[in-house]
Amino acid sequence: MFRAPPRASGYFRTDYGQDLKLIQTRAEWSALLAFTAILIATPFFASPFLLDLCSQVFLASIGALSLMLLTGYAGQISLGHAGLIAAGAFTTGILAREMNAPFWITLPASALTGIVLGLIFGLPSLRLRGLYLAVSTLALHFVVIYLGGEYETNRGFSTGILIDPPTLFRWKISGARVWYFILLAFAAGTLLACINLLRSRSGRAFRAIRARETVAEALGIGIAQYKLLAFVVSSAITSVAGCLFAYYRGFVSVEAFDLFLSIQYVAMIIVGGMGSLLGALLGAAFVTVFPYAIEGLVGLLPNAKVLAGDIFAVNYAAFGLVMILFLLLEPLGLVGIWRRVQNYFLLWPFKYRPLASARK
Amino acid sequence: MQLITNIVVLASIYSLIACGYVLIYRVSRALNLAHGELMMLGAYLLLATASLFSGSAVLAIVAAVALSATTGVLVYVLLMRKMTGEMVLAAILTTVALGILVRGVLVLIWSSQQQYPAQALHVGNPTLAIGSAHVSAWSLVLVLLNAAVYGGLFIFLRYGRWGIRMRAAGQNALLAAQRGINLHRVYALAWALSTFTGAAAGMLIALDSGVTMSMPVIALKAFPAALVGGLDSLAGALLGGLIVASAEVLLIYYVDPLLSDVVPFVVLIAMLIVRPWGLFGTREELDRV
Repeated sequence: MFRAPPRASGYFRTDYGQDLKLIQTRAEWSALLAFTAILIATPFFASPFLLDLCSQVFLASIGALSLMLLTGYAGQISLGHAGLIAAGAFTTGILAREMNAPFWITLPASALTGIVLGLIFGLPSLRLRGLYLAVSTLALHFVVIYLGGEYETNRGFSTGILIDPPTLFRWKISGARVWYFILLAFAAGTLLACINLLRSRSGRAFRAIRARETVAEALGIGIAQYKLLAFVVSSAITSVAGCLFAYYRGFVSVEAFDLFLSIQYVAMIIVGGMGSLLGALLGAAFVTVFPYAIEGLVGLLPNAKVLAGDIFAVNYAAFGLVMILFLLLEPLGLVGIWRRVQNYFLLWPFKYRPLASARK
Repeated sequence: MQLITNIVVLASIYSLIACGYVLIYRVSRALNLAHGELMMLGAYLLLATASLFSGSAVLAIVAAVALSATTGVLVYVLLMRKMTGEMVLAAILTTVALGILVRGVLVLIWSSQQQYPAQALHVGNPTLAIGSAHVSAWSLVLVLLNAAVYGGLFIFLRYGRWGIRMRAAGQNALLAAQRGINLHRVYALAWALSTFTGAAAGMLIALDSGVTMSMPVIALKAFPAALVGGLDSLAGALLGGLIVASAEVLLIYYVDPLLSDVVPFVVLIAMLIVRPWGLFGTREELDRV
C-alpha cells in the first residue's frame, strides 16, 4: 500500500550486501542509537505511572505487530485476536498454577498453544474470505473465551487465576523497571523478526496473497501453506504476548479478554496504518495511551466531578468516535500523516514529487 | 411444551434481529456489527419517549419506532455512505466503532443500571398460559410481530416498487444504477428497515425483561442465525433463527446453562465448515466478498 519512505539522496548501493542491510546510512544509525538511548534511559527518570504505561505500550505493540503481519500483510482479517492472547495467558496461568511450571516452560508452551490455535483459526481461511473469515475468527474467539471461563468456574478460580512472579536462577523477576526492559526486549525482538520475515520469501508470498490470490497462485505460491503460515506465526507471537501479559499482571481472568480487546487491536492497526510495521507501533501507542489521555482531558473540564463515575463510558464513546474519524478521514492512519509530514520537509519548498519518481 | 414455547420465543427474537443483518447485507453487501447497539438504542429511545408521552403508551412506542428508523437513515447518510467501496475490514470496523460510540453515549445518558421501560409506560407484563406452557405477554407480541414483519417483508420485496428496487440493487448494483434506481435511497431504506426491525426487537425484549448494557450480546448471538440461513436470504434467517434457538435451548436444558453464550457460535463454525454460504444463500456470495 505504501511506497518506500523517500530518501533525500539518490540510490548508491552497489552490491547485494549493502542492499540487505537493515540500516543503510549513518544518519539512520545515529537516529537508532539516540532512540535506543532514550528508551534505555527512560525507566531511570520516569514515574511509576509512566513506566507502567510504557510497558503496556510494548505489550500492545507485540500483539499489534503480529496482527499487522496477519491482516496488514497477508490480508487475512481476524477479529479473534483477544482469544489468542487469552489462550497464551491461560496456558501460562494453568501451567504455573497447576504444575508450578517455571518461566522457561510456560513461554514455549504458550507459543505452542498459539501455533495449534493458529492452525485452527487459519483453517477456515482456506475456504473463506473477507467478511466470512472475520466472522469465523470472531466465533472462535467466543469458543476460546468459553473454554477459559469453564476452566475458571470448574477449578474454583471464578475471580481469576493468580500467578506468582517468574523466577530465573533463583532471581525473582518483578518490579516495574525489570519488566520494562523485558517487555522492551520482547517488543524489539518481535519487530526485528517481523521486519526480517517480511523481506523473506514468505513475506513476499504474504503480500502477493493479499494483493490478489489468484495471481499469487498462478505465480506458484502455495496459497494454503502460506495462509496457514501467516496464521501460525501471528498467533504464536500473540500467545507469547498473552504469556507476558499474564506474568506482567500476575493475574489472569476471562473478563480481561472480551471482544473489546480484539477490537482495540484491530483499531491499533487501522489507526496506525494498514500494511506498515511502524503503523502497528504507532497504533499500539495511540490506543494504549488514549484512555489515559481522555481521563486527563476530562479532568481539565470544569465539571469533571459529574463525569468521574462514568469515565469509562466517556472513554468508550471517545474511542468509537476517534475510530470513526480515522476510518473516514485518514484511512492510511498515523503512518499516512507521518509520511505526509516527511514528504513535506523532504520536498520543501516544493509541494509535489516529480511524476517520474512518484511512479516508482 | 414449555421447551417448545421457549424455542419459539427465542427463535422469534433471533430471526427478528437476524433479518436486520440480512436486509443490509443483501442490499449493500455490508455487515452491520452495530446492529446490537442500534437495537439497544431503540430500547432506550422507548424509555425516553415513555417519559415524554407518559399519557399514552401507543404514542410512545410509535414515536420510538419512528425515531429508530430515522437513526438508521442517519447512520447510512452520515457514515456508511462514505464507506461504500472501501475495504471489507474498514466497513465492518466502522460499524463496530459506531457500536462502541453508541454504547458509550447510552451509558453516559442512562447509566449502566437495568431499566424497565414497561414501568415507565405503566403497562404490565402478564403471564399467559398456552396449554401447559407459560409465556409472557410481550414475548407473545414479539412472536406475532416477527411473523408480521417477515410476512410484510416478503410481500414488500416481492411486489413493492421499492422492494423490487432493493432486490435489484442487491443483485447487481451497477446495473441497477444504470436502470435509474437511486442506490443511495435504496441503501438508506435498507438501513431504515433494518434498524426498525432491530429496534422493535430491542423494545419488546426491554418491555419483557428490562434493558441493560448487555443487550447487544443477544444481537451478536442472532448473527449466526442470519449466517446459518444464508446472509442474503430472508427465509434463511427465519429458519436459521429456529435452528440456532433450538440448539441453544436444548443444550442449555440438557447439558449446561453456561453453554448459552457459546452455542450459537459453535453452530456458526459448523455451518462455515460445511456450507459457508448458508442453507438458502447463493453460493457466489463467497467469491464476491
